[in-house]
Amino acid sequence: MTQPNRLQSGGRIDRSKPLTFTYNGKQYKGYQGDTLASAILANGIDVVSRSFKYSRPRGIVAAGAEEPNAILQLGASEATQVPNVRATQQELFNGLVSQATNGWPNVDTDVMSIIGKVGGKMMPPGFYYKTFMFPESLWNTYESLIRKAAGMGRSPLENDPDFYDNVNQHCDVLIVGAGPAGLAAALTVARSGARVILADEQNEFGGNLLSTKETLDGQPASAWVNAVTKELRSYDDVMLLPRSTVNGYHDHNFVTIHERCTDHLSDIAPVNQARQRLHRVRAKWVVLATGAHERPLVYSNNDVPGCMVSGAVSTYINRYGVVPGNALVVTTTNDYGYQSALDWHDAGRKVVAVVDTRANPVGERIEAARQRGIKIITGSAVIEVQGSKRVSGVSVATISADGNKVTGSVTKLGADTVATSGGWSPVIHLSSHTGSRPIWNDEIVGFVPGKTVQKQLTAGGINGCYHTGAVLLEGLNAGLEAVANVGLNAAEVVLPTAEDVKEGAPMTLFHIPHLKPTSQAPKQFVDYQTDVTAAGIELACREGFESIEHVKRYTAMGFGTDQGKLGNINGMAVAAKALNKTIPETGTTIFRPNYTPISFGAIAGRNCGALFDPKRYSAMHMWHVERGAKFEDVGQWKRPWYFPQAGENMQQSLDRECLAVRQSVGILDASTLGKIDIQGKDAREFLGRIYSNAWAKLAVGKCRYGLMCGEDGMVFDDGVSACLGENHFLMTTTTGGAARVLEWLELYHQTEWPELEVYFNTVTDHWSTLTISGPNSRKLLSELTDADVTNENFSFMDWKQITVAGVPARVFRISFTGELTFEINVQANYGMHVWKQLFKAGAQYNLTPYGTETMHILRAEKGFIIAGQDTDGSVHPFDLGMGWCVSNQKPFSYVGKRGMNRQDCIRENRKQLVGIKTKDPKVVIPEGAQAVLDPKAPIPMPMVGHVTSSYWSAHLGHSIAMGFIKGGLTKMGETVYYPLADGTVIEAEICSPIFLDPKGERQNV
Amino acid sequence: MFHIYCPHCAEYREEEEFHAVGQAHIARPADPDACSDKEWGEYMFFRKNPRGIHHELWVHAAGCRKFFNITRDTQNYDIKEVYKIGEKPSVVAE
Amino acid sequence: MQRYSGFGLLKHSLTHHENWQRTWRNPTPKKEYDVVIIGGGGHGLATAYYLAKEHGITNVAVIEKGYLGGGNTARNTTIVRSNYLWDESAHLYEHAMKLWEGLSQDLNYNVMFSQRGVLNLGHTLQDMRDIERRVNANRLNGIDGEVLDPQQIKEIVPHMDCSDNTRYPIMGASWQPRGGVARHDAVAWGFARGADSYGVDLIQETEVTGLIIEDGTIVGVKTNRYGDIKAGRVGSVVAGNSSVVAKMAGFDLPLESHPLQALVSEPIKPILDTVVMSNHVHGYVSQSDKGDLVIGAGIDSYTGYGQRGSYPTIEHTVQAIVELFPIFSRVRMNRQWGGIVDTCPDACPIISKTPVKNLFFNCGWGTGGFKATPGSGNVFAASLASGEMHPMAEPFSMFRFHDGALIDEHGAAGVAH
Repeated sequence: MTQPNRLQSGGRIDRSKPLTFTYNGKQYKGYQGDTLASAILANGIDVVSRSFKYSRPRGIVAAGAEEPNAILQLGASEATQVPNVRATQQELFNGLVSQATNGWPNVDTDVMSIIGKVGGKMMPPGFYYKTFMFPESLWNTYESLIRKAAGMGRSPLENDPDFYDNVNQHCDVLIVGAGPAGLAAALTVARSGARVILADEQNEFGGNLLSTKETLDGQPASAWVNAVTKELRSYDDVMLLPRSTVNGYHDHNFVTIHERCTDHLSDIAPVNQARQRLHRVRAKWVVLATGAHERPLVYSNNDVPGCMVSGAVSTYINRYGVVPGNALVVTTTNDYGYQSALDWHDAGRKVVAVVDTRANPVGERIEAARQRGIKIITGSAVIEVQGSKRVSGVSVATISADGNKVTGSVTKLGADTVATSGGWSPVIHLSSHTGSRPIWNDEIVGFVPGKTVQKQLTAGGINGCYHTGAVLLEGLNAGLEAVANVGLNAAEVVLPTAEDVKEGAPMTLFHIPHLKPTSQAPKQFVDYQTDVTAAGIELACREGFESIEHVKRYTAMGFGTDQGKLGNINGMAVAAKALNKTIPETGTTIFRPNYTPISFGAIAGRNCGALFDPKRYSAMHMWHVERGAKFEDVGQWKRPWYFPQAGENMQQSLDRECLAVRQSVGILDASTLGKIDIQGKDAREFLGRIYSNAWAKLAVGKCRYGLMCGEDGMVFDDGVSACLGENHFLMTTTTGGAARVLEWLELYHQTEWPELEVYFNTVTDHWSTLTISGPNSRKLLSELTDADVTNENFSFMDWKQITVAGVPARVFRISFTGELTFEINVQANYGMHVWKQLFKAGAQYNLTPYGTETMHILRAEKGFIIAGQDTDGSVHPFDLGMGWCVSNQKPFSYVGKRGMNRQDCIRENRKQLVGIKTKDPKVVIPEGAQAVLDPKAPIPMPMVGHVTSSYWSAHLGHSIAMGFIKGGLTKMGETVYYPLADGTVIEAEICSPIFLDPKGERQNV
Repeated sequence: MFHIYCPHCAEYREEEEFHAVGQAHIARPADPDACSDKEWGEYMFFRKNPRGIHHELWVHAAGCRKFFNITRDTQNYDIKEVYKIGEKPSVVAE
Repeated sequence: MQRYSGFGLLKHSLTHHENWQRTWRNPTPKKEYDVVIIGGGGHGLATAYYLAKEHGITNVAVIEKGYLGGGNTARNTTIVRSNYLWDESAHLYEHAMKLWEGLSQDLNYNVMFSQRGVLNLGHTLQDMRDIERRVNANRLNGIDGEVLDPQQIKEIVPHMDCSDNTRYPIMGASWQPRGGVARHDAVAWGFARGADSYGVDLIQETEVTGLIIEDGTIVGVKTNRYGDIKAGRVGSVVAGNSSVVAKMAGFDLPLESHPLQALVSEPIKPILDTVVMSNHVHGYVSQSDKGDLVIGAGIDSYTGYGQRGSYPTIEHTVQAIVELFPIFSRVRMNRQWGGIVDTCPDACPIISKTPVKNLFFNCGWGTGGFKATPGSGNVFAASLASGEMHPMAEPFSMFRFHDGALIDEHGAAGVAH
């Protein structure tokens, strides 16, 4: 298989390593060192995509990150599909499989192009805002057609087989871009002993030096690049990152670098290698040496395959040994444009002409072209291209000195390639990411970085500095400045001598005039990927879209995956002209991360799947797993939800677990409850200020339940705190609220009451909490302790330090089930031991493990609330019927007191928590059901509350529920209705939420 | 992502270790019960929320757990100074 | 106003689209207006439109410091839904939803309102209780909604991981079929064009630098380009910058302005036909008509007017999206950006009179403003027209933060505030 456009020699490819790749189902050859784009061009493939609106055939335009057209689907298998890969940035590897993304039946013969041609005239910018409105009902149909036509590549449908890394990095100086400026800067800072990261998006360092034949110190520039790279590699504190795109520049010099570790090797990453790595870098100083992108000119049919930017033509010839055509016409406003003609000519192919918009261009490259006998047409421009799937010729005409109109007759030239140069646009994207507004510079005809608060330096092309000698010097100077800024002494660096090419002044011109007005001329593309034309921009301006942001948004200019790298400045220029303003008056748009797109996988790194969020387990977790527990996620904890036995459904398990507790003894792993150790002489005072109830008189050895409210008086957490010593308390919190409560305590202590001597520490993980509950719990405890645990010696709401199963334990006699209960707290590393001992001793009592769901039922039978389930941030203690837990006698106005006395909080008819008893005792109301007084009322039906907790109570033999009812505490015995989604209505009676043992006798035995 | 100097740890740490709690220097009224609903509401909810120099309470949540204040420009996110609770800022809005 | 239609496009194509009229004028402001609206975003423009259309008040100026629709209107993730929990907010958002339905025809501007349905996922038992509660309330308030189980979710979103093998398995979801997305810019432009057609002056690139208040009554605004402009009533609809305008009037608001970030993937072929939101794992995603996956993050904890936030917030959201859709791991993120959201302590807006007579504020929409655009403009216009708050706006007074009658919508807000 031949590569018709491949040169016999030259370039940085390795002809001894041929590679095979697939494009659109056919196999082709390329070489090691090719990009997919250079290989496609070498094989003489012209059409690589279809434009998204008009389905026009498109070819490769550029050679790097700015490429708008060559956006391909990659992937040899379903799971390894990657959409929208820019062929100019994808290194070729053996077996690479690629495909054009649009076009039916294929990209070469696309029937949509007929619609594009016929209907294109009806599709000016914003056409969709003006139509598809009638009839209203058809919009869904229109939309589905629009959606199918849009998009480019496709998502894989199988899970990614590869993994990704995130790495944190710190350095003195991060240098972005390893062209001449970046290398000179890197050499300077590295020699001076700084910690350096040098990142470049390409596979090898050198930047534009790799694309030219220019010399440094009389040697090929690559020799200097190699020497510098070698020296840099020798420093321990220098990290070199090729294939690494600095994709985002964030506040305070935080920078992200997307490194493609294996994308150049194979379809799927080699075993145990991350496919990509995202470096999260905090740099003391950043040097942006990002270079510049060449701007194409805007002329009619400038999107026909074969139209390329001039520098890209040189790159393909010099770097890849590929001449992407046979007969070249150059159309340029400046001297650089001539370079592609020189390179083309030297590669042995025909240069038809260089067409220069300047009347009297003078410069060394022009002279070099003349010496080669290349025809130069001055004061003229290519105003139109002929051809559809490949350039077949061009129309050249003389234009006025201001570049605004065609002044002479049209000459047609035969050609298959048009190289265009309208000058260069500095790559200022990264400096814009941090909110810095770019500044227009008339001299270089481009935007340069504006003022910034970042510790940022710039060098080379980004400043509009393009001569290699000057670029190197800027790099050196930026390096020296960075060295000084990080407080090091600068080492000496001698720069190589660059060729001094004399250049003439460029002409400021973006949009080439046509014989016809822009609106009638053949399409002149500004943004290829989004099919935005000069006529479209003019129309947008005519329709009143005058801000450049409006122009962008109305036309979609710059919204492609290239973010308008080629087109934005041209678009601004066209808009400025249409609005009779200057480019800076028209304004620029702000670039956002990413510089070029990066995989979601790389951003997520390893933080998905099992590592998405840490899992927290209690010390007894493995026992629960072995026992076949079902688990519930509570915060990060995995809590046993219930423990099914063979043949049981969930309700049967719950019934069994509940009855075991009510009749004998059950055990709950309550280790997940938040535990905060509070010490200090003012600990008691502090508790009194933070809880709604009184703490002044709680004796050592006693426990008390407390409600915690916000300053608005709304309950946000609750729990039991124990007085361990006069100046020592242990607070428990809800499982999910532990961290928030600790921060809440610290907030008040540190900011409001620093004079209080009190200290907080989280001890949640230090303790295992084994709650045995039920009439036989004392007997069970007695089996494992010699301590006196009789009611006389160890009464309700006491705690004791005793030995349980040979282990020191804090045992709390509190109850969330209403039964006699002991909460045994032991050091977490003893948890499993004690748990197992309890089961050993508990067999005779049928000790039954129960989970959170049973715990919820048992507490609901007693009318105990669960903060977060029976509260929602909008209820205060009185709404909960828990006025008993509020002390207004305390001298200090505790947190929440003032809040719960605001006008709206003391009004009548607030929603209040009550018990709900269904008329049919077998019916369990679904939690979340809404209460109404009149189920026949029309929609919107007035609602008076909702059900927060609802269960089947096996012990009571009927359903129980708690919920809010407006004014519920005064409506005992009244009827409410719960209309459900299926049309049924549940009738229920408002009652006390305490369904079992209202006097609390069971827990007091 | 901010780079924040914790005045208690005396080190720069990543923003991920911290979070902002809101406007700094909002003292809890000495006698809440004497406050009108309006005064109490303003204490709880009403904020300066300035565009420009802002004094903001932060906590080194995944570090030393200490609260402290940051003076920061809310437009360009430049941190002007950090200072401990009880101290006064030296950079203030004009 | 020049009518838009497919036929019009055909006709104009014959004259190379050279004769399209301006979408709106670019007027020099008059010295005095009946109503001045500060802020030319979606809500401000909708207010102007309904003032003119429904109340006949056309001597109105909208003063915008940048370009129309350039704030949060241009920066949100375009989700529209009305499945809020409390009656007050549910009625307001449903009012907006009814206006969305038919908005393109009303405005003669295709806002591409796409009722493709919104799923709010539940990952814990408490999530599911909250979902049941909200859907039941929605249903009785006349808002469409149902609770789906993972199997039903899988049918709607076949590519989401609905298995038990994730860190927080999907237990169910609320589903509002009438919810969806709209083309955000078009909403601003459609309202702008409509308002302009009634004679409303849209004054762009003009910043209000002060308020003229006499004896506790506002009588006009100061601007940087046109000096003083008198006004009978003034409505401030400036979202993230509300506190800045309030400061000019001499009062504080119960607001904090935070960065809210969003991001898009590169455009891909249709893969997701509905809107998926998850409060628990903190991410939401839909696919635009252009093919981008449009992904919203949570708000950053600090106050920020910089229209950008912190990277870990983006990371966390992307982790959530990859967790929900492992197949998107190799899809690439194109662009991220930020808006400034003015968040209220109860995650509900302020549509209110203020301590200054004839000065009204519409703000505090936090992360939920876009979906309310037509409803917000509609009730605010009615309030500005009569000088008394529209009944639907009444509960959203700024003074609720004094008496305590908050409407806590944190659970339904979609993003943790």
